[in-house]
Amino acid sequence: MSNYSLKENMNKPERLAPGHRMCAGCGATIGVRAVLRALHEGDHAVIGNATGCLEVSSFMYPYTAWEDSYIHNAFENAGATLSGVETAYKALKKRGRIPEDVTYKFITFGGDGGTYDIGFQSLSGAMERGHDMVYVCYDNGAYMNTGIQRSSATPMYADTTTTPVGKQSNGKMQNRKDLASIIADHDVPYVAQTTFTTDFKDLHQKAEKAIYTEGACFLNIMTPCPRGWRYETSDIMKICKLAVETCYWPMFEVDHGVWRLTYEPKKKLPIEDFLREQGRFKHLFKPGNEDLLAQFQAEVDRRWEDLQYKCAR
Amino acid sequence: MARKERMSGNEAVSYAIKQVNPDVMPAFPITPSTEIPQMVSAYIANGEMDTEFIPVESEHSSMSATIGAEAAGARSLTATSSAGLALMWEELLLAASNRMPCALTLVNRTLSGPININCDHSDGMGARDTGWIQIYAESNQEVYDNFIQAYPIAEDPRVHLPIMICQDGFITSHAVMNIELLEDQEVKDFVGEYHPEEFLLNPGKPIAVGPYSVTNYAMEAKKNQEIALENSKKVILEVAKKFEALSGRSYGLFEEYRTEDADYIMLLIGSAAGTAKQAVDDLRAQGKKVGVIKLRVFRPFPAEELADALKNCKAVAIMDRTESYNGNGGPLGSEVMAGLFRKKVMITAVNYIYGLAGRDFTVDDVYEIFAELEEAQIKGTEIEQFKYVGLR
Amino acid sequence: MRTDVHTINEHTPHQDLTEGLMMFAAGTSKEFHTGEWRTNTPVYHADLCKQCLLCTPVCPDSSIPVKDSKRGDFDYDHCKGCGICAKVCPFGAIEMKEGR
Repeated sequence: MSNYSLKENMNKPERLAPGHRMCAGCGATIGVRAVLRALHEGDHAVIGNATGCLEVSSFMYPYTAWEDSYIHNAFENAGATLSGVETAYKALKKRGRIPEDVTYKFITFGGDGGTYDIGFQSLSGAMERGHDMVYVCYDNGAYMNTGIQRSSATPMYADTTTTPVGKQSNGKMQNRKDLASIIADHDVPYVAQTTFTTDFKDLHQKAEKAIYTEGACFLNIMTPCPRGWRYETSDIMKICKLAVETCYWPMFEVDHGVWRLTYEPKKKLPIEDFLREQGRFKHLFKPGNEDLLAQFQAEVDRRWEDLQYKCAR
Repeated sequence: MARKERMSGNEAVSYAIKQVNPDVMPAFPITPSTEIPQMVSAYIANGEMDTEFIPVESEHSSMSATIGAEAAGARSLTATSSAGLALMWEELLLAASNRMPCALTLVNRTLSGPININCDHSDGMGARDTGWIQIYAESNQEVYDNFIQAYPIAEDPRVHLPIMICQDGFITSHAVMNIELLEDQEVKDFVGEYHPEEFLLNPGKPIAVGPYSVTNYAMEAKKNQEIALENSKKVILEVAKKFEALSGRSYGLFEEYRTEDADYIMLLIGSAAGTAKQAVDDLRAQGKKVGVIKLRVFRPFPAEELADALKNCKAVAIMDRTESYNGNGGPLGSEVMAGLFRKKVMITAVNYIYGLAGRDFTVDDVYEIFAELEEAQIKGTEIEQFKYVGLR
Repeated sequence: MRTDVHTINEHTPHQDLTEGLMMFAAGTSKEFHTGEWRTNTPVYHADLCKQCLLCTPVCPDSSIPVKDSKRGDFDYDHCKGCGICAKVCPFGAIEMKEGR
């Protein structure tokens, strides 16, 4: 892995052109840009994409924001579609129809709906078969494209349009699925979870490892959605920082089976600090709901301890 | 030089796949098409072909990966049956709308429920409006020949559409019959190498596939796709001519068997044509003027050509090997009748449903149907429409 | 044949659209000016900028051009005015102003 320098990195040609129709302040395209910067200059790429915000906004005919070859097929099959592309590369290389000195990398992006839920089988298949590709989940914790419906990535108690808070409801009843661990259990060579940090070093290094490790790799990137989470668009970096410092969103990697925390908060902040910033958790701060906050905290603690245990092995 | 062999339909189409040696084949097992990915895998394992095989985890993924591979510039295909095709349905539409000239060898089997593994055409007919070219076969020889013609049709720049090569489950796929095979080099020369103009893996020339489209473009795109399907009719016939020059075997949109002076014609698709032809020979020996039309190309639908072929007969029995659950007969019945009406061919047309979920269809059934047509014609009576043949 | 995005618009007849609505081109979205969406506008004070570039990776719209490790003024054709850059600037070199 090369030494990281933000300044040098930002000199690279932009691989996601402006003019896409994602919302102002969208986390997904910040994540996409960061992943694509990890591609080495001179290397080609084919980008796959599950149906979702990113797809309908980044390739709205005749405007494509992608500087690399790009394929969107459907919602639930980004893993399978890129499996086909990657296998075609192998076949065409073998048959001499792609010059030997040409390198292609395969990266597919899916939202949490397209990854945790409807695309889960296709993702699992692609990972198990070991295609030389990276599946990147831009996890904003709900079906944002269709208007903020809960997904299996939605945190407990979040107010979504299919788990609305009401007299009889405190929002989503279930905890979020831990997809990064599930994919790690596929025994793929590299899995990592990350989000945005001031210098983007963590995300960059994980993306570079994922892209340049042979085999099927998976990145889970928390990409906040100002519309769905209900915070001021300009606050995204604060939200990310609080997610990490409260251990709601731990930064870790599983490199050939070895679990490692890539960042450990010096002092773990209470989960309220993360939740308070977001309108989707407003109800948790009403008097009488202290037990809900306590339950949320207990779940964060449980998962954090479990992760620490895996990383200490 | 033709080589004589004995093969089942699945063996025949697998052999054709080996000779074409496409770039990528994702597939998932389902009866009765399972043998195709098995045989292809065995050919690869034995070094007889070097297609990249992807053992996907579902048929939805097999069609998804086929589309991905095809878009990437690889000649691609998959194989399936029944529920497998149904699971692919969304992707069938995308293969066509993304204008991917990939192939699918379909071994026709009934759709659930009840779950049943035997032949009818409910799978292929269910996918009739997905934008694919559909070519059906009567025998192992035909499915072999049709597959060899598949890519030259699909990849023609006037077409660029996916193509489905269909055969009847078990009846054709598993029954061993004589077959004439082409030499490997003949097949390679006939099919040619695949060099698309634009594809994902073309360095310096990136492309983008699968946009979101506002209504201002989507309707025009659908029209373009429809024009391509219309164009394919001409291309299918051109490719058939070239194939005839190579093999001596002649193919059209449909086959007319003893219809020239026929008063009564049975129109049907697939393996049952053999049964119908036998019955026609028997009835001809008795002096009955009967004939058979076996439809080969269901998509694009040759409505005008069929109306033309039927215009001189008194009555036609249109045989659907599927139930459409619409109270108005089967798909072949509906489409042929619409074609007759548009061409003002006002013959008697009776739609029968037969052979569902593998129910036998015998020469006796054919005799009865022709007798029924003749009797009604002489007496001027009406025949019940959409009658199930051989129903208890 | 490569696609010239300028030849395609909502009045283009069907035969002149690309096959399968594929684009045989890249980065054509630059022709679409999302800057028109802006309700708040970042203003770049070059004199206060220390060229730390912390504002550049956080832009969702690739609207802060970087050349030779130095950022330039905003790409106002595309900037949607989300204000993330202004929040991360440690030196007050980006100021959000109301309006476009």
